[in-house]
Order: sequence, then structure tokens, then C-alpha cells
Amino acid sequence: MLKQIEGSAAVAEAVALCRPEVICAYPISPQTHIVEGLGRLVDGGQLKPCEFINVESEFAAMSVAIGASAAGARAYTATASQGLLFMAEAVFNAAGLGLPIVMTVANRAIGAPINIWNDHTDALSQRDCGWIQLFAEDNQEALDLHIQAFRLAEELSLPVMVCMDGFILTHAYERVDMPTQEQVDAYLPPYEPRQVLDPADPVSIGAMVGPEAFTEVRFLAHAKQQQALQLIPAWASEFKRIFGRASGGLTHGYRLDDAETVVVALGSVLGTIKDTVDEMREQGVKIGVLGITCFRPWPTAAVREALAGAKRVLVLEKSLAVGLGGIVSNHVSTSYHGASDDVYTVIAGLGGRAITRGSLHRIFAAAAEGSLEPVTFLDLDYSLVDRVLAREREHRRSGPIAEGILRDLGVVAAKIG
Amino acid sequence: MSYQPIRFYQTGTFTVGNRLLPTEERSVQANVRRTNSLNSGHRACQGCGEALGARYAIDAAMEATDRQLVAANATGCLEVFSTPYPETSWQIPWIHSLFGNAAAVATGIAAAMRVKGREHVRVVAQGGDGGTTDIGFGCLSGMFERNDDVLYICYDNEAYMNTGVQRSSATPPAARTNTTFPVGDSAGNRFGQGKNLPVIAMAHEIPYVATATVSELRDLEAKVRRAMEIRGARYIHILVPCPLGWGHGSAETIRMARLAHETGLFPVFEAEHGEVKSVSKIRRQLPVEEYLRPQQRFAHLFKPPGRPDIVARLQQLADRNIRRYGLLDGTEGTR
Amino acid sequence: MFQIRIHGRGGQGVVTAAELLSVAAFREGRHAQAFPSFGSERTGAPVVAFCRIDTHPIRLREPILAPDALIIQDPTLLHQVDVFGGLTRDGYILINTSRSFEDLGLGEYATGFRAERLCTVPATEFALKHVGRPLPNAALLGGFAAISGQISLEAVGAAIREKFPAKVAEANIAAAAEAHAFVTQALREAAHA
Repeated sequence: MLKQIEGSAAVAEAVALCRPEVICAYPISPQTHIVEGLGRLVDGGQLKPCEFINVESEFAAMSVAIGASAAGARAYTATASQGLLFMAEAVFNAAGLGLPIVMTVANRAIGAPINIWNDHTDALSQRDCGWIQLFAEDNQEALDLHIQAFRLAEELSLPVMVCMDGFILTHAYERVDMPTQEQVDAYLPPYEPRQVLDPADPVSIGAMVGPEAFTEVRFLAHAKQQQALQLIPAWASEFKRIFGRASGGLTHGYRLDDAETVVVALGSVLGTIKDTVDEMREQGVKIGVLGITCFRPWPTAAVREALAGAKRVLVLEKSLAVGLGGIVSNHVSTSYHGASDDVYTVIAGLGGRAITRGSLHRIFAAAAEGSLEPVTFLDLDYSLVDRVLAREREHRRSGPIAEGILRDLGVVAAKIG
Repeated sequence: MSYQPIRFYQTGTFTVGNRLLPTEERSVQANVRRTNSLNSGHRACQGCGEALGARYAIDAAMEATDRQLVAANATGCLEVFSTPYPETSWQIPWIHSLFGNAAAVATGIAAAMRVKGREHVRVVAQGGDGGTTDIGFGCLSGMFERNDDVLYICYDNEAYMNTGVQRSSATPPAARTNTTFPVGDSAGNRFGQGKNLPVIAMAHEIPYVATATVSELRDLEAKVRRAMEIRGARYIHILVPCPLGWGHGSAETIRMARLAHETGLFPVFEAEHGEVKSVSKIRRQLPVEEYLRPQQRFAHLFKPPGRPDIVARLQQLADRNIRRYGLLDGTEGTR
Repeated sequence: MFQIRIHGRGGQGVVTAAELLSVAAFREGRHAQAFPSFGSERTGAPVVAFCRIDTHPIRLREPILAPDALIIQDPTLLHQVDVFGGLTRDGYILINTSRSFEDLGLGEYATGFRAERLCTVPATEFALKHVGRPLPNAALLGGFAAISGQISLEAVGAAIREKFPAKVAEANIAAAAEAHAFVTQALREAAHA
């Protein structure tokens, strides 16, 4: 059924249709509307049987999910940014134990400095934790991916992270097609655990593994993610069959056929990129887009194939490998047949900075004519940077960076006396 | 002429293995049908108080729940020695997640049982003092506050033993650990620090809080049984001496626990909804020195010239407990 | 694509206004996207919300830099925040006030636009009258429907009913209707002047 609702509400409804049995909730912007929505559905009796637990921290949220999942219940939670880091130990633990927990990450920057706006630092900081990581391009895909996530997770016995841009998607009202309970039930059967805490058949979960077998266990985790590379497209096809639309999968290509320049990105920025690319195509520029939907496992083969005809690749990412450059671009380089010189990293949208068509036009054009630097920070204010560096050169006690910048911008109240 | 050794058993006492007692008064361990939930073959040190306590507690819990029990275990001695790769000594469904989240994992298991309509399956969380009073404190308090249906058992050996004897917030004042070494004027762990977890548990007003030691094992079993009659958040804090970490003989474990009780340093009591309901009286009060001297971790208090001032302060702590909880016959506590 | 930018202060229902607008467009069978300029929630702080309406699916995610219409819920913002940034010459401006453009110090500025696309409306008064609270957003949507013709008053009403409980919804719809009539009348008078 078509609806015009907030992204968070769409996700809450979709998750509810998946019949979660235990939901743990700890608030953090910008995911709060999701768990609030689910809480209301549980309180109102529309989602039952379901235990909704208000936990005392994100670490507790993931831990409660671990216990619930290990005991055979379908478990769900949501977080972002600092919350994801706070539960990091448990995040690794869930993957290592092979528990099919599904978690929404409403992508948000990580402090310091504290910043509540969108970028991909949070999810990517956990890229090697063993979870499957899927990125939604719009709210339709966001809700669809949650349904696919539960199926995938339980099939593989591996937890799945569904990432959606905080505020940009979570707080945006847009049209979505909400599935019916029948459709979801046809796609997602009840949870059949591979391992379960049951007095009738006791097992010990989480025992220590020594040097003799640890490598094998880790190899199996890696192999399972390779398996996911087959399953994800298969389950996306199955999704299309039941729900009638293409959603999810490993990557989405757009106007790649004769593209000489390919822009690669994750998440909602793909929409703005496509609008820009359409405008450039009208001017005759041979440019296309590759959206990465599945970041983990990294779809090497799919990316390689999509970039096969590209002369140059521009990776636009809302993330930064501090001290290195791009995270996503690094991944792309390993999948690109051409020279690494032809992969350009554009760091954009950090901490919620708007990515505009105007800026994209400039940067895509520069890439197309080969005048782009290997690593660029889109719309960087060099004068601001220079002022900070100058202050640090002149004074040892240069003060907190954020405050210094705010002073320069004339926002903070002047010193008293 | 050869001697045939003759052993005399005292009848009518509550000796733990005593099978001459009426059935209903026997300990769970004395029953051939005990579940051996923590089975032999684990790798605990000789004389480990925690292994002893866990065996009694979990078998009692199994008996009380008709063998419908799941356990969540924090990282620590118990977890490590009970699951040495590639073996496990647990005969019950058991999960180890992390160091600080046993209480939260247990909450999750209890929620799963509830949602599946299997509330007859009960949940126990277990951890050492480090995993309970320090790193696990947040999750523990959360579980208490929500009144989740979990029995949390803390095996308190008063330091991080598994990592080699470091101080925790349960380490008593003046104890030597590898991070509270008595050097120069320092007399080991400082006074005025530390957390009293049983009292903190009581402050959460949860349905049941109890302390116990491995010197009164039937009392421990009874408390576990009592706890399993109750729904909601419950907490049992068991003093489990550690021969290695405390520096006493491996055959002295139970005696050390008894001395902790009988000096007043470890009050043994039960509380419900924040109020003390019963205490284990001290039959014959002993001076703290009798408890401290046999332990190497307090040896610095007695090496000439000794630290009688510290011993006196410890005596004050013991006396305060005795007053507070009414541990002597004929006295009432103030809690 | 038609782009509307709504300016106001926290607590005035700016974000809700954009959301209702998008729902109204949806009810008329069009695609719509509504989102706030995100900031920490704080009553009284300047807030901007955006709404895009189109006949095709909307992929663009950037803030609305070149609005086709501006709705200004709080005139105290006029000389504090650059509310008019990017507004096209053919743009619509609807301001919540009982004063005129001249009185607001915008007389000169207004001459650069099409007169029949500028209007002021005492939306807060209508809100106080019908709803009993100074929340001008519903009324402004009624006024917007009248001035732009981009959306019908019926659709606005349907959106309001979807969002609010019955009594509150009807009160807001009444405010919207009165604002709609007010703006229609004002434009008619201006045309004959």
C-alpha cells in the first residue's frame, strides 16, 4: 500500500511486519523515531508477541539482543554513531557467535567534535566486525532491506546491519510502498536457529578457542560472507518475485553502458548524483553511476564488472580514512582493473554538509577532463583551515579546535574581559 | 598386626555429604540425582572456592527449576576454567558473551523465553566480582532497575583473579593485589574505596538479595532455592576464597570463608525489597586477625613491625557490620 | 518540480507544515519529499523545512537552494536569516503577518517579483481563532493552496485529518479554509487595484 510517511516510520512498520520477538531500545539521534514507532506498535498491541525492552545503554542493547537471539528469538535493535561505538565489543561478539540479529544504523558522524548529522563514519568504523552491511538509497529501499536482512541473517546465521542516512532518510517524508503481512510472511518464515539455548538439548555457546582452531573459525566467518555474495542477489530476486520491485542486491548501476567516467557512492547521495549525471549526459558527457548497496561483503566481482569499461572512477564518499584518504575508494581500487591513478577520492558530506548538484557538476567535470586531485575534500573552506593552522603555529595554548573555529566564524560570545 | 582405619561419622549434624539425614534435609549435592551441571574435569585450581560455589548454586537452581535453566556467564575464572577448548564442563545450556554484559544477556534470554511462552525456563547470570561490581555494573543495574526475571550470582573472590590478581572494587581494604602492592607506607588496597554490591542491590529494591559463603553450603543452596521461588530481579553474592589470589592453602578454602563470616567481615544475610529479613548469626565472634593471618595477601600487616593500626581499622569494619546487621545473638541490626 | 521552503522557529510547526504539504501532494497522486534542515531541537531557534513536489519520483537530496515558493511562518526572521536566498523571480512569497510588505520593510524588495505571487496572511490570528493556539502552519498551507494553486485545499484538509485527531484536525482545517479565503480575496483585490 502506498503511503507518504517519514523514513523512520516506514522502517518501524517494515520491521514490525517481520515479526521481531525482542526489540531493545536505547535512544540516540537520529534513530529514535524508529524505536519509538516500534514501541508504540508493541504498546498498542499491533505487534505481538514482542518484548520491547528499554535498555540502559547501547552496549546493553546489543547484549540483550545477543541473549535473546541465542535463546531462539528474532531480535532487533537500532543505533547510530556514538551508540554503535559504545556497543562495538558486543557487535563483534554477535558476529563471532553467528547470531542473526538485525540492526538499523541511522548513519551519523562520530565525535569528537560531537556532530549529530549524517555521514558514514559510524557504519564504516565497524566494517570488519563480521556483520553484513547494506546501504539504502532511499526510504523504499530502507524498508525493503530490513525485510531482506532478516531473511539473510537467519539463512546465514550472521547479523546484518541496514544503514540509512540519518536525518536525510530517517526524517524525510517520501512515498513508500508498504508490503502486506502476507507478502512478508511468504518471504520470511519463522526463525529456525542453528544453535539455541534450550534445556532439552544443552549446548555451551561462546567458549574459548585457542590458537589451534582460531584461524579456522575466522576463515569460516570470511567464507560465510563470501557465501552471502551469492545469497544476497538470490534473495533480492526472490524479493522482486514476491513484492514486485527490484530492491537490494549487491550494486545498482545507472547509465553505465558507455560511461567513461563512473561515480561510485553509497546511500542517499546517489539520488543527487543521478540528477547531476542526467544533466551532464544531456551535455554529452559519458558519465554513469555505480551505487554500492552491499558494502560487506565487498562485491569485488560485481564492482569489477561494472567498472570494466570505465576510464576513470570517482568515488564520492561520506567517510574518511584519517591518515590515508578514502575508505570506499580504497575498496574500489582493489576491484578496478585500471590504474589506481584513475580512481579519484572525493570526501564529501562529512558531518552532514550538504552535497549540491552545483558542487557535483564541478567535480565530475574536473574528473572527466582529468584535472582532479587524487584526494579532494568537496567544498573545503581552505581559509578556515589555514586560520586554524596559523593559530596553532603562533600559540601553544591554541585552545579547543571547535571553539577556535567558532570564534573565527564569529559565532561564540567574545571573551569576557 | 595391621591396623584397619575406622572412620566415625557424626549423625545428626548438617555435614554436607551427610546421607544419614532425612531426605528433605540433605543437600542437593548429597543426592545421587544431582545434575552435575558444572561437571568434573573443569580446570579450576585446587581448592577453588568459585568452582565449589558454582557447583552448589547451579545444581540447586536446577533442582528448584525442575531442570529448566539457562545460564549466561561473564568472562572470568569460571568461564575460562569451565570451557577449556575444546571441552565444556557445563551440562546445561550456557552462553558466554562478554566481560561486562552477563546481566544484559540474561535479560535477553529471559525476554526470549517470555515471548515464546516458555517462562518456566529460568535464567541465571553469573560473574566474578570484577565482571559484576566494575565492568558489569551498568548492565547489572539496568537489569535490577527493570526487575527482569533473572537471578544474578556473583562469585566474589575479591579481585580480578583470572588475569593475575588485580584489584577490583570488591577488593577489601589493606589487601595486597598486584595493583595494590604494599610498598613503603602503603598498606595495600586503600580504605574508603570499594563498592558494597549487596547493599547497592538492596537500594534497587529488587525482590531478593542474599549473601552467602562456601562455608555454609546448605545455606547457599537454600538461598538459591528461595531465589527461584521468586520472579523478578534477584541477586546472590557469594564469598568464594581463592587460594592462589588470597595466598592460603588449597585445603583452607572453606575455613577462610567461615572465618570471614565469623569475624563479621562478611555479613551473611537475606533481604527483600531493600529490607534485611534474616541474618546468619555469628556463633562465636573471632577477632579479624584470625582471618587475616593465614592469608598471604595480608602478610604485610604482620611482618615485623606489623601494622596494628590497619588491623584495628579492619576490626572496626567488622564491628560495624556486626552492629549494622545484628550478627551477634541477642542483637538486632539497624538496616 | 516545484520546491517550497518554509521558514519559522522551533515550536511553530514548520516541519509539520512541510510534511503535511507532502502528504497533500501525495493524496493528489504526485510524488513529494519533505525534510527539515536538521538541527538540535530547540524551541524558538530558526528552523527551515523543505518540500519538493513533482510528477516523477524525486531523487534529489540537496537542501532547496532555489525555491519556487517561500512560506515564512515568523516575520521576526525576515531581517535575521536570509529567508529569501535563491528565490526565483517568478517565486511565491507567503508571509504570516497582519502587516503589509511595505510595513515589513520589504516594499522595495517586493517590486522585483510578480505581485500576484506575493501575499501576507494573518495565519496566527486564524489559528488562535479556530485552534486556540498560535500554530499558524495549517492556515499557511491553506493560504499557500490559494496563492500557488499547486495544491488543493481539499488535499490539505485530507492531510491534516490524517495527521491529527478529529477535533484538532477540524479546527486546523477551519483555519486553513479561512486563510485560503483570505488569500483568494486579497489577490482578487490586488488584481483589481
